[in-house]
Order: sequence, then structure tokens, then C-alpha cells
Amino acid sequence: MADDGGLTRDDAAYVARLARIDLTDEELDLYAGQLATVLRHAAQVAALDTEGVEPTAHPLPLRNVTRPDEPRPCLDRAEVLAQAPAVEDGRFRVPPILGEAL
Amino acid sequence: MTGAAPGPMARPALDLARGVREGSVSAAEVVERYLGAIGEVDGELHAFVTVLHESARREAAEVDNKVAAGEDPGPLAGVPVAVKDNMCTRGVATTCSSRILDGWCPPYDATVVQRLRAAGAIVIGKTNLDEFAMGSSTENSAFGPTRNPHDPGRVPGGSSGGSAAAVAAGLAPLALGSDTGGSIRQPAALCGVVGMKPTYGTVSRYGLVAFASSLDQIGPLSTTVGESAVVFDVIGGQDPLDSTCLERPVPRSASALDDGVQGLRVGLVTELVDGVDAAVGARVREAAEALAGAGANVEECTIPELRHGLPAYYLLAPAEASSNLSRYDGVRYGLRVDADTAEAMNAATRAAGFGPEVKRRIMLGTYALSAGYYEAYYGQAQKVRTLIIDALATAYQRFDVLLGATTPTTAFALGSKVDDPWAMYLSDVCTVPSNLAGHPAVSIPYGADDSGLPVGVQVLAPALGEPVMFQVAAVVERSAPRLAPPRVRAGTAAS
Repeated sequence: MADDGGLTRDDAAYVARLARIDLTDEELDLYAGQLATVLRHAAQVAALDTEGVEPTAHPLPLRNVTRPDEPRPCLDRAEVLAQAPAVEDGRFRVPPILGEAL
Repeated sequence: MTGAAPGPMARPALDLARGVREGSVSAAEVVERYLGAIGEVDGELHAFVTVLHESARREAAEVDNKVAAGEDPGPLAGVPVAVKDNMCTRGVATTCSSRILDGWCPPYDATVVQRLRAAGAIVIGKTNLDEFAMGSSTENSAFGPTRNPHDPGRVPGGSSGGSAAAVAAGLAPLALGSDTGGSIRQPAALCGVVGMKPTYGTVSRYGLVAFASSLDQIGPLSTTVGESAVVFDVIGGQDPLDSTCLERPVPRSASALDDGVQGLRVGLVTELVDGVDAAVGARVREAAEALAGAGANVEECTIPELRHGLPAYYLLAPAEASSNLSRYDGVRYGLRVDADTAEAMNAATRAAGFGPEVKRRIMLGTYALSAGYYEAYYGQAQKVRTLIIDALATAYQRFDVLLGATTPTTAFALGSKVDDPWAMYLSDVCTVPSNLAGHPAVSIPYGADDSGLPVGVQVLAPALGEPVMFQVAAVVERSAPRLAPPRVRAGTAAS
């Protein structure tokens, strides 16, 4: 963060990379400013005394939910693969993951 | 207020279902009437992304066959329902109003869609929304905005703006929406219809495209309170396909509607009525007086913690969204923009496929979850969520239900808030507390402001408090000042 509490273009670029979105410099400047505005309002929350308060991740008291381990029909492979942008040998085809030609 | 006692309210959905069940009208005729209405005015409103002419006719024929064979066609026999386009419909494009799902046809139906059809309802079309349900005006749709039937120069609210506009304009007697921070109730208020967010876990989220999983809930929009109660009874209940569904039975709600409010304790929440537009606040106070006149014990109360709801929500919801939306990576479905490596393909696809508001929320959520800021923002917001839940629990020791405005303003002009995200986010200030707490709430139309734009009054209840919430909402509805019919509406439908 910049000293004035705002976000710099570099901050925004770092977040965009974490989020895997290519943004233009123009977008980075726009979002840096808009995020800073929201975060200024969020500062109201950040400043509250929450000593001893448990965080809530979910409105229900959740526990693991299991079902009997019985075979049942699943989605049809051909129908699912028909939705994919690229398919090869019954699988999803993607560009090289490690930056090497396969 | 009209001086005369209100006559029996038209209940288009239930009246139609009765007609179809009794054989005085066929489901096929009903469907044609509504398809005609959509054809007549949806060019102007743009409530629908997809109209399902063929499958609606096919479903209507199945209902009519059941009636002819003497079988029970279900409580919603032949009733067209408009479904927000973030709920999966097998073989029918489900867009979330996003380019990134371009061409995607889900290989399964959402549980709510199955349950509606099992009750005899007919899915007439998929409605427009803010992309991935992120927004309060339906302007964030990749396919263009929906317009408010009461004033086409104004927004219908959002994100379920298409569903609210469709019901208001008579293009469907019922609709489904999803509500993460007010996305059913806020557009219902701005369009002058009833919109209800159920208790978290009462309605299956299977087949609802996830935005913020700890907040999202599907619910009905309708012309009357009673119709929303019937739809809730139809779509609610445990589902083995959603592990966050409550195991406890969902309370039946439609039967409590005529019980009145004698002796019920109603808290008029200062934080949900002060600071809203004068006309909106005035209608809420009139509703409180009407409840007192009907025998409820109405008292004003203050819940200061609610003021922290909006900033906490706008950290938590984007954080969950940034995680949920990581699945749109160009690999398995929808859009792909090719590149030399998988990572470059992911980033190029997401840049081309997501609109500005979705990018903004993903950026915000990713930041709130990133190393160094997690505790200060996300962790702290989770603790504030606890404070709000505890404060509401304390209030419900004194009150059966709470009352407030649904929205701080009536419908605003198209384009007036698109450049100022925080101004847009303020539209949700009265609705987010119920999502953070997982509680039910319903917005009921209650007259208009000086320009004739609809005002919504909100009844809030504790978890699984739907029966008492609907009971109070029905009394609010009976006392409500009449609202002029929308300017843009079907001339021939639903009459």
C-alpha cells in the first residue's frame, strides 16, 4: 500500500496476478482507486474492538456431511466434454502448464 | 391510503393454478398468454435473457395431460415461472449474464427447477441479472440492462432485476431470484412486488451458480405475500445434493397467513428507518402504525451493530466470490482465449470474459484474502459478522419480528451510480444483515414516493421464522396503500 493509504498501480498489478486476470494499465489505475475507496469504508470494520470475538465463517453450525458410499449415476462424460473449449482423447485439452512444448 | 376497505387481492399465480386444476383454463392457454405478453413488452424491458417457447409449451402439454387423466397436476399447475439465469436448466443456456459462460448449457437442472416442475409450474424463461449476481441495478449484465416497468428510465434494482421486472410487468406470475446481500428484496422493492429471502439452508443451492456460498439463498418473487409463501413451501426442504441444507424440516408457511398479528411483538429498527429517504421512511412508519392498529405491540429499537453490516459484507462477499469464481479458467466450459501457456490462457480468458464489476469484486476479495491483509480485513469482517448475529439474537429475545425499509431509496436513474461503486453498494445497506445472519426477510410493496415510484417495507425474522414473518407480512400487505400499475406492462396478460 502507498503511504497515503491508497493503492498503487503496482499493488493492483500484484492482486490482478494473484487473481489471474490480465488488466490494462488503465484498468489497474481505475481499480486501485476504487478499491482504496471501499477499503476506506472497510477501515470502520478494521478499527472495531473484537477482542475475544469468535469469527463466523458460515451461518449454520456446520459439520461434515456424509452419505453412504454407494455407486450411482454421474454426469455423462460425452455431454460434459461437449461443453469444453478443447478436448482430446476424452479429456480436457489445455496449453502447456510448465511452459514447455509437450 | 385508500379509504375503502381493500377488496380481495388478485393472486395471479394461485388463481391460474386453481383454474388449470379445475379445468376452466388449460396450461397451454396460460403459457400462450404469457409468451404473448413477453413478446409484446419485453423488447422495451429486457427482463429475459432467454424465453423458452418450445419447452414451456411442452411442459404445459404435460400438465394438461395430467389434468385430463385425472392425476394431481400439483399446487402450481400450469403457472409460468421466470427463473433467474444463474440457476441451471439442463440443455438450456445458463449465462449468469456473463460472456465467460458463452455457449454453456448445463448438463443438469437445479434442484429448485426440478421442484417447481414437480409442482406443475412451467419454466417460461431465464431472466437478466447483474453479472454473476454482483450488483444492485442489473446494469452489470453483459447483455445490457433491464428497465423498471414503473419508469423505463430507471433501474429495476438488482441483481434479480429481470425477475422483479417480469413479475411487476405481468410477464410471469412468479419468479425465482437469488439473494446474497439483498438481490431478491431490493429489486422487489424497486419494482413494487413481493420478494423473499429464506433462512440459509432451507432451499437447496444445488445448481445455483455460486457467488458467495455462505450468503447465497434462492427465493421467490410474486405479486402477493401468499404466493411467495406457497413457492417457498414448494422449493424448500432438504436436498442430498446440497450439504449445507438444514437437516431439520422446513416450517410450512402458507398456512399461517391469516393468523393476524394480535399480541405479536414488532421491533421497528432505528438503523433501518433513519437515514433512508424521507418518503421511504414515512411508508415504513405507516406500516408500523398499521401493525399496531391490527393489535401488534410495536416498539422502536436500536441495533447499532447493523451499521457495520455493509462494510463487513463488502469484504466477506467479494472474498468468497474471488474463490468461487476461480473455476472460470477456460478449461472445462465457456469462453477460452488461447495463449501459449495455461496460466496466460487463464488470465486472458478471465480478462475477456468478466465485466468491470466482477473484476472489481474479484480484485477486492483477492486483496482482502492476501497475505498481510487477511487478518485486518477478512478475519476482522468474520468477527463483525458474529457481532451482528449476536446483536440480532438479543433483539429477537424482545421481538418476534423486526421491521424496516428494504432500500434507502426508490428506483434510481439508469447510469446514475455506475461510476461510483460505493454509492451503488449503499443500496444494500438495509438488506445485508439478514444475509450475514442467515435469517429470512421479505420485502412487501407499500405505496409510493412523491414520483409514484414503489416503496418496499421489510419484515425480518430469526432463523426458521418464516411462518411468523409471512403472518406479519400478510397484515402489512393488507394495509398497504395501492400502487398505480406499472407504465410498461402486458396489456393482455394476467387479467
